[in-house]
Amino acid sequence: MMGCWVLNEGLSIILVLSWLGVNLYLFIDTFYWYEEEESFHYTRVILGSTLAWARASALCLNFNCMLILIPISRNLISFIRGTSICCRGPWRRQLDKNLKFHKLVAYGIAVNATIHVVAHFFNLERYCWSQSKEAQGLLAALSKLGSTPNESYLNPIRTLPMNTTTELLRTIAGVTGLVISLALVLIMTSSTEFVRQASYELFWCTHHVFIVFFLSLAIHGMGRIVRGQTQDSLSLHNITFCRDRYAEWQTEAQCPVPQFSGKEPSAWKWILGPVVLYACERIIRFWRFQQEVVITKVVSHPSGVLELHMKKRGFKMAPGQYILVQCSAISSLEWHPFTLTSAPQEDFFSVHIRAAGDWTAALLEAFGAEGQALQEPWRLPRLAVDGPFGAALTDVFHYPVSVCIAAGIGVTPFAALLKSIWYKCSEAQTPLKLSKVYFYWICRDARAFEWFADLLLSLETRMSEQGKTHFLSYHIFLTGWDENQAVHIALHWDENTDVITGLKQKTFYGRPNWNNEFKQIAYSHPSSSIGVFFCGPKALSKTLQKMCRLYSSADPRGVHFYYNKESF
Amino acid sequence: MGQIEWAMWANEQALASGLILITGGIVATAGRFTQWYFGAYSIVAGVFVCLLEYPRGKRKKGSTMERWGQKYMTSVVKLFGPLTRNYYVRAVLHLLLSVPAGFLLATILGTACLAIASGIYLLAAVRGEQWTPIEPKPRERPQIGGTIKQPPTNPPPRPPAEARKKPSDEEAAAAGGPPGGPQANPIPVTDEVV
Repeated sequence: MMGCWVLNEGLSIILVLSWLGVNLYLFIDTFYWYEEEESFHYTRVILGSTLAWARASALCLNFNCMLILIPISRNLISFIRGTSICCRGPWRRQLDKNLKFHKLVAYGIAVNATIHVVAHFFNLERYCWSQSKEAQGLLAALSKLGSTPNESYLNPIRTLPMNTTTELLRTIAGVTGLVISLALVLIMTSSTEFVRQASYELFWCTHHVFIVFFLSLAIHGMGRIVRGQTQDSLSLHNITFCRDRYAEWQTEAQCPVPQFSGKEPSAWKWILGPVVLYACERIIRFWRFQQEVVITKVVSHPSGVLELHMKKRGFKMAPGQYILVQCSAISSLEWHPFTLTSAPQEDFFSVHIRAAGDWTAALLEAFGAEGQALQEPWRLPRLAVDGPFGAALTDVFHYPVSVCIAAGIGVTPFAALLKSIWYKCSEAQTPLKLSKVYFYWICRDARAFEWFADLLLSLETRMSEQGKTHFLSYHIFLTGWDENQAVHIALHWDENTDVITGLKQKTFYGRPNWNNEFKQIAYSHPSSSIGVFFCGPKALSKTLQKMCRLYSSADPRGVHFYYNKESF
Repeated sequence: MGQIEWAMWANEQALASGLILITGGIVATAGRFTQWYFGAYSIVAGVFVCLLEYPRGKRKKGSTMERWGQKYMTSVVKLFGPLTRNYYVRAVLHLLLSVPAGFLLATILGTACLAIASGIYLLAAVRGEQWTPIEPKPRERPQIGGTIKQPPTNPPPRPPAEARKKPSDEEAAAAGGPPGGPQANPIPVTDEVV
């Protein structure tokens, strides 16, 4: 049991530990370099260890800012997923966790930013103090350097400081640093789970402040205020000897005045690659936006669900993938994700959209879902489509047995999947590796998904026509009902078809007992690898992961459950 | 963006600003920066803002995730009535609190963040939002047999069909409901349900 958990989770843990390890290595290595490096000796006289803290965290920030754009380059990830070079099995599953990695790197940026900002507060304070009247001795001598024409300065604060805030705002680094920090705080406060659920649009729009973040980051180091002694000066000026003879630097030939130069900005070198990559992503999206999308069919389902059939040139999809949809008539900047509910074998692609917020409600209204009048095709608003982007369900066909579990609206990716299974079964030529599919659907209100029940009904008939009734085994669980429904159900208990869905398989009431279900499946398929696919709320995801670990046997030849979660 | 409750974001922003103020204040006080007393002020202001903003207000529709342990602060914040309910007051309060921290470098980020939070609260107030405390729902103890006021007055063995008032298949659906019509029982019945 432990072995399976290690296999399932092991690769994720290794990747996280590697990332942490690289961060720690960069931090500690840079820290000791700045603490011991000769050329920064005089800088350390003024600043102390906070120089090293600031520089070490700066390098980690560069590293993390480079990484953060990569997990959300969706086209890149889809591309990697498509090529099967390195991406079988466990590695493919890591690609599904791209958003988790994005969040992890964001936390890394936040921690390093805190260290960096605090260290620089100390640095600025010490620079200001060294330039003030109270400073004496070596500090004062170092700060005075640069006043005469053939001297280079060490202390970036050249005049008597008024207060540290004004000095901050006089430097490029200070102003951009403030802007970057503000941008980071705004992005993080609008990305908390609560705000994302309360208003996805706010999260999406505020997140675009990252453009300001990256621009400011690129020019942050341009002031070159991190100053160290030049190599030429070091060869002429022996620090250990001359350190205490600062009064004689101007006159004595043995200790010429030390010369300093600023460090070249390096942040842009780290972030250039990913920024260009992400810019390409957006260009691809813009190009896809220009492509024409033809709406071939609009179906308005009674429970506030809109089904759209569309066609686009060169559009190829796999079951479980999603697209980003934009409607200029509603908002020219917003792209919302929707799972594709059609199978790849069909000549159109479709999405089912439920009114769940501002944008979706406006869309339903624009397509005349509310009113009774039929819309003319030329009056329908123009849509733009980006994608399709990959998701876990393409792996369903790689397992001999698959268990698909959907909760509520999470059933949409499985619609495409089941349709695809239906088509694949009809083409009798290539035998599928997949031989059994268990499908669980848990929903509170069956009315919201009556469009899906239709699909199941036609699938049921098709399967029995083909003589493959045992291929698909589905269980519907209704978790919410009122008194009237209960009475109705009880009255029709003994009939052949289910009273809610009209299907031969009866609906169950209440939540499934996962222990029993998994036990049953493990018993029926004692030595197979079983893929478990889930789309729905987090709490249930945790339960299912636990079940997968519990019921996977320790024996490598025994039954193994592999958990895959769908997420946007 | 019509349906956004701006107060939700303002609350997160203000809480983050409070934490930033506390951090900046500690840095300034511990490092004994010039004018470090602003740092001490910043710590106090930061703690106050955090305590005020910790209890999340209730969303207008849908359920609200409570922060861990927020019910203690909710009762305190509730006491101030309109002062804490009204977002105009909060906007002005945050703006005023942020100003003194702006004089010190270490806390200037806190000032900027709190000022932004104040702006978002102003927007929320203009749109008529209010802070409503999340009350714990009174737990309804399931009354066992609470709807059974009296036992069925027509338990078996029953007299023959013509004496019965209800048809037989409705008994399957309704459970524990009060029976229709009094009926003289041949056998005395006692109420065993407490």
